[in-house]
Formats: sequence, C-alpha cells, structure tokens
Amino acid sequence: MAKKTYVAAIKDALAEEMRRDSTVFLMGEDVRLGVFAGTRGLHAEFGDARVIDTPISELGVAGAGVGAAVTGLRPIVDLMFGTFLYLALDQIVQQAASARYMFGGQAKAPIVYMVQNGGGISAGAHHSQAVHPIFMNVPLLKVVMPSNAADAKGLLKAAIRDDNPVIFLSPLSLTGSRADIPDGDHFVPLGKGEIKRNGRDVTICAAGAMVQKSLLAAEILAKDGIEVEVIDPRTLKPWDEEMVLESVARTGRFVAVDESKPICGAASEWAATVSEKAFSFLKAAPQRVSGKDVASPFSPILESAVIPSVDEVVAAVKRVM
Amino acid sequence: MEKILDIYTRMLRIRRFEEQVGVLFSQGQLPGFVHLYVGEEAVGAGVCATLRNDDYIVSTHRGHGHVIAKGGDFNRMMAELFGKATGYCKGKGGSMHIADFSIGMLGACGIVGGGIPMAVGAGLSAKLRGTDQVSVSFFGDGASNEGSFHESVNLAAVQNLPVLFVCENNQYGEFTPMEKVTGVRDIALRAQGYGIPGVIVDGTDALAVYEVAQTAVARARAGEGPTLIEAKTHRKGGHAEGEKAFLAGGVYRSAEELAQMQAKDPIVLLHKRMLEMGVATPNDLEELDQTITQAVVESVAFARRSPDPKPESIYEDMWV
Repeated sequence: MAKKTYVAAIKDALAEEMRRDSTVFLMGEDVRLGVFAGTRGLHAEFGDARVIDTPISELGVAGAGVGAAVTGLRPIVDLMFGTFLYLALDQIVQQAASARYMFGGQAKAPIVYMVQNGGGISAGAHHSQAVHPIFMNVPLLKVVMPSNAADAKGLLKAAIRDDNPVIFLSPLSLTGSRADIPDGDHFVPLGKGEIKRNGRDVTICAAGAMVQKSLLAAEILAKDGIEVEVIDPRTLKPWDEEMVLESVARTGRFVAVDESKPICGAASEWAATVSEKAFSFLKAAPQRVSGKDVASPFSPILESAVIPSVDEVVAAVKRVM
Repeated sequence: MEKILDIYTRMLRIRRFEEQVGVLFSQGQLPGFVHLYVGEEAVGAGVCATLRNDDYIVSTHRGHGHVIAKGGDFNRMMAELFGKATGYCKGKGGSMHIADFSIGMLGACGIVGGGIPMAVGAGLSAKLRGTDQVSVSFFGDGASNEGSFHESVNLAAVQNLPVLFVCENNQYGEFTPMEKVTGVRDIALRAQGYGIPGVIVDGTDALAVYEVAQTAVARARAGEGPTLIEAKTHRKGGHAEGEKAFLAGGVYRSAEELAQMQAKDPIVLLHKRMLEMGVATPNDLEELDQTITQAVVESVAFARRSPDPKPESIYEDMWV
C-alpha cells in the first residue's frame, strides 16, 4: 500500500498494462509530455511507436483509434478534456460504439477514450463540463468515472483489458488528490459499485467528485442522527443497479447526487430506476442533486454555485426524512 | 492479360449485382434505401485488383461495389440487403454497413467522410504491428469537404502511414454539383496541403486506375507513406435509387451530361479494349456475363429462402 496522487495512479496503470500487453498503445495531443502528467514519462520506456503525439485532430484521432482497434490493437486515446469529446462524437458514437453491433459481431473495438471530466478548477465554460450522460445514452459504450486514485488505477486497468469501447472520465477536480493504492496488479472490475459508507436511513448514489461531497454530507447528517449509506457506482454504464436497489430496499429513501445537468443526467437515470424498481420500499420521493442547468461559469464563486455542494446534499437528504 | 480479365470480372460482378438491386428496389422488395455503384466500377475494381486479401479497405454509403471488388460474397450481401439472418451483418447493417472482416473489408459507412479516420487507423495498426499491409479509404468528392478528410490525410502524412486515399469524384454531393461547393476543381490538389502526392486519374479507365493504384500501393508497402488518388468518374444513376419520387420532378443533371456519361461507361470501354487487345473473345465475355448473372440470380434466391432474424437477436452481438 502506497499513497499516490490520482495522476500517478493513472500513469502506473498505463505503464503496467503497456508492459503486460504489447498491443496496447497510447495516442493523443502531447501525451509524451502529458498535460495532466498521467502519461508523462511513458515515452521514455515505450518509445515513439507506442506513445504517439498526434495533431490536434480529435475526430481523426478518435476514428484512427477505431481502425487500429478493429485490426488487432488496443489503443488508448487521450483526448484531454471531456468537452473535446464533442469534436470526436461522430467517430465515437457511429464507429467505436456501433462497429461490433452493426457489422453483426464481426468486429470488436477494444479502445479507451481517456479525458478529464467536470469542473471545479475555474477552467471556464469550454473545459469544465460533466459530459458523461451524453455517453451513457450511447448504446454499447462503457462509461467509467472513478472517485479516487485507487479506483482510477484499478478501473483503468479493467478498461484497457475490456474488449469494448470505454469512455474513461477522470474528475478534473481530483487530479491532485491522493489515496492509498493497493500494491501489485490492483484491478477493479467494470460494472461493480462500492458501498463507501454504511447507513440505515438513506441511500445516496454519487459518482466521481460527488462521492467525497456525499461522504462529507453523511458525516454532518450523522451528527443529527441520520445514518446515510453512500454508494459509488464507479462505472456509469453498465452500472451496478442491484447494489443501489438492494440498499434502497433497506433504507427506503434515495438521493442521487451527480455533477451533470438534471435533464437526462446520471442522477435522473438513477432516480428513475429506483422509482421504477424499488417503489414499494420508498418512504419518500427520490431526490436529485444535479449541476445547475447553465454553462460552466469562470469565477470560483459562480462555479461553486453551479456544482452540487455538500449543503445541497444535506438539504436533499433532509427532504426525504 | 490475366489481370485485365480479373479487373473486368470484378467490374461486371459489381454491375450485374447492382442492376439486380436496382430492380428489386424499384419493385419495393428491399427495406430502406440503396445507393448504387453503377458507373464507378472501374475505381473500386482497379484499386482492389492491386490489393492482397489481408489489405484493408473502408467504404462509403455507396459501398456495394467496394465489397464485391475486394472479393465479397453475393449471397451474404444480397441477404443483408433483404435484412435476413444469413446476411453479412445478420440483418443489423443493411446496405450502408456491409462489412467482411475476413477479406479486410472493414465496413461501409453511412456518414459522408465517416470511414476515412478508420482507414487511417488500420494503416497505423499495420505500421505498429510491423506488417506490410496497406489500407485504402474510398470516399467521394463531397467527403473531401468534411473535417474528417483533412484531419485524416494530415495524420496519415505526419505518421507516414501506408494509406491510399481514393476519392471517387462522381461530380455530385447528393444533388449538388461539386464545383458549387468545392474550392478547388481537382480534389487531388488538396494533397499538396498535407505534403503528400496527389494524382488525378480517369476513373472510367480501369487500367489507368489500376496503374496509379499500383504505384501508390508500392509506395505504401515500402514505407513511403500515403497517396491521394482522385478518380474522375460518374454515377450512372441517382444519388439514391428512387430519388425521382422525392425530388418531385426536380432535375439536376442535363440530358447532354447524361449522354456524355453514357459514352464513358467503364465496362463498355474495357470490354472494347479487351477485344482489341485480344485478351478475350466476345464469346468468353458473354460466358462470363452469363456466369455472373446466374450467380446474382442465385443470390436473390438465397436471400429469399433465408430465415428472417429473430426479434430477440437484437440483444446479440452487443458487448464482447
């Protein structure tokens, strides 16, 4: 067990998987120097062929990844920011996600698109969006969003080994966060959530940077005698709905906390699933805590008014009590 | 000599298959819609005749010809067009998504310019795996105005990838004449912007196409990088079959233009040339035609007698 930063965990996962499997390679803008440091230093070990600095051509690079994936390689495409995925949307949705199905199972596209997601560091409107619901709505993509460095390592290794296209979203605000990372081949299977805190009164489902906020809210609420269970699905698609439903069956109350927007956001999906499948257990209407439905403003004061806060989570829990 | 007959055979296979598809479509026997490759056969056939089975191609919405040129199977193609379980994609792809990975045909593509990045990726893959495979991207003049084209050519150029960018310039993007929406008269000029060779060839002359493709393939295999080939050609039919119905009488091509195009039919031209060169006798070519026509007829019978896909198969071929 060693304490490491989120980006160090990403780098360890990449290096270990590239050593393990010679078909794994990395490409993207400035992956050699590594803007977020997660890819820094890999070039020294793996060279030009497997650590490829590309032109700033998100669409072309995203699609080239698909071509490489369906012909036997396992590309990791680093597109830097979640918002840059918009430039690559056609290739990710229409080729990466669709290839296997529309060609009747002839192909597989083992590719990982790696980006920073969400806000919290005053990066402004074009670099601070929680883009995950867009990809949750795309059939046959897997969508992963770790909430800490240890999961980041384990989930990235799982994503690289997965034979399907995976969108791997690292919460932007967690880049410098630290966690104890288990030694060795630390692997976290896709699609499995984790109960981060046990509680009998309310179930919170939260992902990415919202997990820590929900845990802080749970501590505050515990002082008032409200015991909150916090679940981190870790993978947003396919997600561990059994874990959440089982928890709601015990608590009878549900709050969904997600940084993305309320309409068709992750919180909406979770709340809808709970309402549909665990209605008979519910003692109150499920509540959502979502990002405000505006663009991401720059000023730290404005940005924190847009991103769900600990206070908002506390208030939502009190509404279901 | 053998190669010429090979190219002609590929072209005639395309022509006869497409003619049958046109008839079936007009009779309302096919779901969806189809874009036929009639008139452009010399391009796909000329290029694919230079390729090995393990070379890659990525195609377009007008993709039947590329599948056939690369060695695709009539039965599985026709069954796919009928939406049957025995089709190449088990009925999940249809006309614009036929693929045959066993012959390096990595799929047609319904989005204009959408297949180009994939072809570059297949070329990158060949380079990283250390093989001498090449990858061909077929696309139209319209696609050369898409960002995906420019990003892909540049990426292939800077990475020095074994890729052929084959622009089938049929003069129209859907119903709009190319010159109205394109800043250059020759798409091949765009190669200069990315520092790679750009070659113009008469896309109705199969042997000329074969020759320029051979040079480009040799360059690619030798690690000398990509080439942009612009084949000037014509589509004999419309953008899509049955377009008259939705154009409601609107006309976009003059009778004169259509007559000129008729005189440049690539199959008629090659047929004539083969007889002149003594590559084949009229009798040989007639027999070839009959064999191909018979195979097309059989493919329709195969498709008709094939089972429909089961509704529950919508949940098959999802995640690996």
